[in-house]
Amino acid sequence: MQTSHPAIRLLAGERGTQVFLALLLTVGVAAPIMHLAFPEGSALHLSSYTMTLMGKYMTYALLAIAVDLVWGYCGILSLGHAAFFALGGYAMGMYLMRQIGTRGVYGDPVLPDFMVFLNWQELPWFWHGFDMFWFAALMVIVVPGLLALAFGWLAFRSRVTGVYLSIITQALTYALMLAFFRNDMGFGGNNGLTDFKDILGANINAPGTRVALFVASAVALGLGYLACRYITLSRAGRVVQAIRDAESRTRFIGYRVESYKLWVFAFSAVLAGIAGALYVPQVGIINPSEFQPINSIEIVIWVAVGGRGTLYGAVAGAVLVNYAKTYFTATIPELWLYALGTLFVIVTLFLPKGVVGLADKFTSREPAARAVTA
Amino acid sequence: MNATTALRNGWQKVFGAGARSARPAPGDTSHGTILYLEDISVSFDGFKALNALTLYIDAGELRCIIGPNGAGKTTMMDVITGKTRPDAGSAWFGQTTDLLTLSEPQIAEAGIGRKFQKPTVFEQHTVMENLELAVAGTKTIWTTLGSPLDRRQHERIEEVLETIRLQDRRSMRAGMLSHGQKQWLEIGMLLAQEPRLLLVDEPVAGMTPQEVERTAELLLSLAGKHSVMVVEHDMDFVRSIARRVTVLHEGHVLAEGTIDEVQNDPRVVEVYLGE
Repeated sequence: MQTSHPAIRLLAGERGTQVFLALLLTVGVAAPIMHLAFPEGSALHLSSYTMTLMGKYMTYALLAIAVDLVWGYCGILSLGHAAFFALGGYAMGMYLMRQIGTRGVYGDPVLPDFMVFLNWQELPWFWHGFDMFWFAALMVIVVPGLLALAFGWLAFRSRVTGVYLSIITQALTYALMLAFFRNDMGFGGNNGLTDFKDILGANINAPGTRVALFVASAVALGLGYLACRYITLSRAGRVVQAIRDAESRTRFIGYRVESYKLWVFAFSAVLAGIAGALYVPQVGIINPSEFQPINSIEIVIWVAVGGRGTLYGAVAGAVLVNYAKTYFTATIPELWLYALGTLFVIVTLFLPKGVVGLADKFTSREPAARAVTA
Repeated sequence: MNATTALRNGWQKVFGAGARSARPAPGDTSHGTILYLEDISVSFDGFKALNALTLYIDAGELRCIIGPNGAGKTTMMDVITGKTRPDAGSAWFGQTTDLLTLSEPQIAEAGIGRKFQKPTVFEQHTVMENLELAVAGTKTIWTTLGSPLDRRQHERIEEVLETIRLQDRRSMRAGMLSHGQKQWLEIGMLLAQEPRLLLVDEPVAGMTPQEVERTAELLLSLAGKHSVMVVEHDMDFVRSIARRVTVLHEGHVLAEGTIDEVQNDPRVVEVYLGE
């Protein structure tokens, strides 16, 4: 009987979660030490390239968890989550642009370079406030959250589900991409935002800042994971899974299905936004290609490869697929998309529970009872 | 003014509205009748699924509805539960609750529970979790996110487990249950909602004779405390539980009475029993 409070069960009883949190803690502590304490050339030294790469993977993992929450648990196949990720990234990018100050090519104390280049005389209204970190941080949460609420309210209230919903989420991210490509939008057009100098007064390329961003990504991933796990273990989590399995049945026993879907979708969008905000300072650029429809589809592939409906599977998938992507695009770039496609087909046909499902099969005494059977 | 009201209603529908939500007063049955359906008509692409249907159910009654395929039985249940809106007519739950103004969850909240034809328990959830999902209480996301079940809800679940005799299966995944056990679990889920009126669609289809007998006992034990409306094809089963039987045909009531009266009605014999 489930009498214990969900908070107690957050850490107990699931090996995947324990393994993930232990790994995250180890990497989160060891990597910064290896980067800072050991000199270059030492066998134990971790290069700043690797460090940044791992930080980037962590933001991807957070994004994958966000998608797993809506797809694996709630059955909403969102093919537009890259949009929320990119919006969070743009909010952070705007803050970083405002920090450049007179160090830009044109040396304008207020206007970012691209605005000077476009002959703009003053800052557009929506750029105000972004010189303050707290305001930008707030926008990282508010903008994706509000967009998800507005979009979800329209879609779920009209009972748009299944493949139709997936298609309009693609349309959403595509529309945003086209909008952000336009110079008139005021977000730097197809060049996007780049050339960042400082974050919170610290040089963005300094080793210490890199480590801080890495640790912030690890902490965000850990907290995001625990928040999602709390949700999925609560009664609300079981309602959400009931909606995934039999939506109209759940409605008949008295739940406001639209309201549940809406809040889960919005929460997931906020997580994606936070992931984007941590991604941008580490990669040093945000441009409209982040809104590409293909990006959102890739996230879904990470989750499918890892194993949906488990959270830790999403993390595993994000890291595995992106490591493979980093490796293949460096060695045989023309084959990467084929490799990705093949991977997806193989996983769909032979591994409905993803690689974590496979791992469970070989190592566990009890199968992953809760995982989705596709 | 109208726009504001419409906006607020829409808001409440999607966001759930805590204290401000206009929770419908449960059906007032002081006149002894719990469900009034009057002149209900529904048509799909010109086909009249319900044709001026008029039907009353008394409080505490166990009523069987029979009729050939396409007689409108399922559509009638859809209208009562808010899934289908009629083109004409009125549907009242007690004297004070107009069902046609309420959404599906609001109708469930007001005290009408429905058991579907196919067993639709949540197969990935355990028996216990199925009942937990169904049990009466606040069902907004903020409540289910923040607080576990209270003691009264736990007691209610235990009570229901006993009634449907699935105590020793509580931790089993519902997908592993036998067909009959799934049907009982589903009836149990209805009971956990503490409904005033239960709509039960073909409860014994595909059951073994022992399971049928057990189901009859179960439904009979519910009458009195709840009003129960059963749609069923199995005439032996109907005979074993029904006091009053309503025969539907082409979307309206053809005959009503005891099972013997109905079976001897020449019109009924012609369209249904005589086949």
